[in-house]
This record gives sequence, structure tokens and C-alpha cells, in this order.
Amino acid sequence: MIWNLVFKYLMFHKYKSLIMIGCIFLTALLPIVTKMLLWQFNDRIMARSNSTPAVIGARGSDLDLTLSTLYFKPGSVDTIPFSEVEKARDGELARAIPIHAMFTARDHSVVGTSLEYFQFRGLETGSGDMFTTLGECVIGSRVAKKHSLKPGDQIISDRENVINLAGQSPLKLTIAGVLKESRTSDDWTVFVDLKTAWVIQGLGHGHQDLSKEEKDSGAVLSRTDNAIVASAAIAPYVEITPDNIDSFHFHGDTSEFPITSIIAIADNVKDETLLQGRYGSSEVAQFVKPDSVIQELMGLVFQVQKIFDANAVLIAISTFLLLVLVILLSLRLRKREMETMFKLGCSRTTISQVLIGELEVIFGIAIVLLVLAVCVIGSFSGDMIESLLVNGRF
Amino acid sequence: MSAIEIDDLRFRYPSSQFELNLESLSIGEGERVAVVGPSGCGKTTLLNLIAGITVPNSGRVKIHDDDIGKMSDSQRRDFRISNIGMVFQQFELVEYLSARDNILLPYAINASLTLTDSVRDKAVDLANSMGLDGKLDRFTTKLSQGEQQRVAICRALIADPKIILADEPTGNLDPKNKRVILDLIFAQADANSQSLVVVTHDMSILDAFDRKIDFEDFFVEAEEQEVVA
Repeated sequence: MIWNLVFKYLMFHKYKSLIMIGCIFLTALLPIVTKMLLWQFNDRIMARSNSTPAVIGARGSDLDLTLSTLYFKPGSVDTIPFSEVEKARDGELARAIPIHAMFTARDHSVVGTSLEYFQFRGLETGSGDMFTTLGECVIGSRVAKKHSLKPGDQIISDRENVINLAGQSPLKLTIAGVLKESRTSDDWTVFVDLKTAWVIQGLGHGHQDLSKEEKDSGAVLSRTDNAIVASAAIAPYVEITPDNIDSFHFHGDTSEFPITSIIAIADNVKDETLLQGRYGSSEVAQFVKPDSVIQELMGLVFQVQKIFDANAVLIAISTFLLLVLVILLSLRLRKREMETMFKLGCSRTTISQVLIGELEVIFGIAIVLLVLAVCVIGSFSGDMIESLLVNGRF
Repeated sequence: MSAIEIDDLRFRYPSSQFELNLESLSIGEGERVAVVGPSGCGKTTLLNLIAGITVPNSGRVKIHDDDIGKMSDSQRRDFRISNIGMVFQQFELVEYLSARDNILLPYAINASLTLTDSVRDKAVDLANSMGLDGKLDRFTTKLSQGEQQRVAICRALIADPKIILADEPTGNLDPKNKRVILDLIFAQADANSQSLVVVTHDMSILDAFDRKIDFEDFFVEAEEQEVVA
């Protein structure tokens, strides 16, 4: 019967009850969710970094280099020449996988790499095949899902600078396959062959055969036996097809073409140490161990989190004191009610049970809401964190 | 047979000069008794002693031959809720309960009373007889003062008590309601042969009682304090 009184009191004072439930709920939710997200963030980023033995990239911030290699954020690091890949492979100290992450397609990073990357990450296509020719791409499962793309569809690289109309034209990429979900940043990425990435960058292009063009066509400025001078009217192809693929070519030495980093996979610690030593004195590139860099970063994050923890404790104490104040004031207001109950024949124990019951219900509802909220947030948190790491936002 | 029998009662609040001495008092079954006297002379204390809320320092308080001084706290509570109906000047209704729930409150707060359908029906009948038709599901704050006191009387009567103790039940009512409420209490008490002890300052209603007890006779020193045992 006391529960009848308990619920009737709480329903009559529903706003007060809801405010108390809300206070308890929010006070507990914030630190729990913060901790949960932080641990998941730590797990994800540590898993990614632990699975990447070493990274070679331009000198500068080792953290930027690591994050750029793990999460392909374009424009965050300087480039190194492709010749560094050969340098890393020299002496067969390590396998070296080039990473070119400088462009995007529909806001997803376009990563130029070799097929070795997929082997290294254990990535397989869920539908379609790996890219085999210039102009093809393989997309991550989340990219496919978000834009309803499938093998055979096309995705266009984003213009580097929308203001600069004279800049490099976007390239229409044909989707050769969609990767199986890996719950990593690879799910959010468009992968192309390194050469395709250079075409997107404008280092390689295809256009009509000028040797077959008439001089008065506008595309040819002058023609000699040894050289043809093209005019600005020449139209580069924006899509690589079987018909025009042979016209694509690169100007310059590809060994000097840029890449953003190299993933180096040594067979043993000795080889890795030798490789590390090779880059110790390099003025161009640096050798970075992602797990050490990320551990350092997370160490800093956890230090900051301690401040938040202390803050959460203070908030919890103040909320608790406020609740105590509310309860004491409420008891004072209900003194006559309790006295009447006693005079009618209610024991002090029963009166206490009613009051404790009210608190039990308030805390119980707050805890149930808390568990539900944590479950709901938990079900989204993985994607939220991956999105944060890949896109820099939830 | 006496409904209430008090012998050689002595009561003194701790840390107070107030003392109540009552050599003998007997109230018969179905008798209507008015207790009058100046403020602080112990009228409310007497009601608390009869109800077993307060325990005398010495002497005996018997209700239908049951000496409540010999009962344990829990026995006194069970005895009180089953045998004594209490009506207060300020009504003392529970604001978050409807009129119906207030009437049935004794059944919600003491396990010695069992709430059955017949009790629920009785609450409705009682309320209807008090003119509360259609108002049972309202919160008591939405009722007039007269209606609130009727609810309080229904609460006092719901468990069929042998004795009704009322502490200035008309003190907060206008003259019209005063008479109506008093008539209702008398009618209920008469119908069930319940003894009625009413503390009052209102001399205009004394003629309605069988007997008047003037408390100045027992009053020793007027420094009574509101203390609940």
C-alpha cells in the first residue's frame, strides 16, 4: 500500500520529481558517456595505430603524419617524393606501401595506394573487384552506403579549389568494387591506384591526339617535325575510358611525384631498427612509430580527462547537496502530513518507508533512463568516433 | 459500561512546567462530551492521552476496558487506527491524495486494516451521506473548507471506531458550515453508538452535547507544549 502513496506523491509533484530525476540522470550521464566515448576512442585509435608498424613521411609533426596515414585527412602534412618508397624498400628491410591522401570525392578522402595496402589491412571486396586500371576506384562500405553506390557507378573527385576555375578538373572515377565493412577509417575512403591519384592531382592527363589534329582546329598552336605546341583550347579528358586510356601520360619523373606517407612493414625488429636508423639523419623524411605517437597523445588526453573527472565529481557533489536540500525542505513542508499519519496510527517506520520509497522511485527511474541512454549512445558511439577521427566531426 | 475511563492520570511534558492531573473521568458509550477551557490547559493533551499518542506518567486510560498504557507502541497504533477516529481543526488532509484516497488513508498506512471492496463501497456511501457526491476523485485542495472537513470526518469514521475525538473541528469553519459539520458528526456518532469527545472554544455549540467538561478544574500550569510521543 505504501507504493500507492509513493506514486501518488510523485505524480502530484510531477515537475519536482522530473527535475530531481533529470538532475540525477544528467549528473551521472555526462561523466559515464564521456568515459565511454573516451575508452572507445582509445580502443579504436590504438587498434589502428597498433596495426600500423611504422610510417615514413615528411619531417614535421609526427602526430599529424600518423593521423594523416591512419585516417587520410587531406592537406594535413607535407609530401615526400615517391623515390622514398624505393629508399624504404632498399635492402629489403621492409615492405613499403605508398599513401597519397591529398584529395577528396564527395567529401571522402581519395587515397592513392598500391594493392599491397588491401592485403596489409586484410581488406576484401564485398562486391565487385579491386581496381585494375587507371581511373578505377574501390570504395569503403560506408561511402557506398551513404551515397547508394555500387560497382559500375561513378564518383567524381572534388575540385581542389572551387574558386580557381583554371585549376585541375575533377576526375570521374569508375567504381570497380565495394570493400567489406572493416569498422575502420577504410570504410569511409575511396581508394585508387597511386597513378590515378597523380592524374587527379594533374600530374598526369589525357587529351586528344594532337598529331592527328589539324592546325586550324584551335588545339594546335604550332607544329614542327619534332614538336607540337598545344593551345589552351586543348580539352583534357575528365574520365578515363578504354577508348582514351592510352592517351593518359605523365609529365616529369614519377620518382619525384608526391606521396603523403609510406607504411613500412619490417619483418623483424632488427630490420625495423635499421630502417629507423636510415631515416634518423634524413632531411627529407622521418620514421615514426604510430603506436608510440598515439600512446603519447592518449596519455595527454587521459590527463585532461582527469580534470573532467574532478569536475564531474564536484558537479555530482553539488547536485547531491542540492537534492539533500530539496529533500530536507520537502520534509519540512510535509512535517504536518507525517504527524497526521502518525496520529492516525501509522508507524514512524512506515512513514520513513514512504519517504525512502519516493527516493527509490526517483533514483530508479533516473538509473533506468541512464542505462537506456548509455545503451542508445553506445550503439551509435562507434560510428560517431570513427566519423570524428575520419571527418573531424560527429 | 464506560467507553473511556481515566483514573488518577498524571502527565507532564519533559522540560516543561505544565502538568495535567485528572483524578477520574468516565465517558459512556454513545455519550457526547464537550471539553472546554482556556488555551494551553491540556485539552489537546487529553485527546492525545485517550488516543494513545501520548503515554501518561502515571494513572490509567482505559478504552472499553483495554488499558492503553500497558500496550506497546505498535499495539497502541493498531488499537488507535481501529478504535479511534480523529478529526482535527486544520483538517490535516493529505494534499496529493484525492478525497477518496484521503478517506481510505487509514487502510494505506497500517497493515492491521485490510482494504476490501466493501470498505471502498463504504467510503463512497459515507461520502455521499456527507454530501460529497461526485467530489471523491478531486484533490482536497480543490474542495471548500466545509467539504474538506467532511472528508476528514469520513476518514475518522471509515474504520468504524468506537470513539471519535475531535480537536476544535469547527474552529476553521464559517457559522453555517459549523452547524452542518457538527450535525453530521452527531448523526454519525448516534447512528453507530460512538462516543464523542470534542475539544472546543465555541460556547455556542455546547448545548448540543450531553456533558461539558471544563478543563480549568484540572489545569495546573498553562505551559503546554505540542509534543508528540
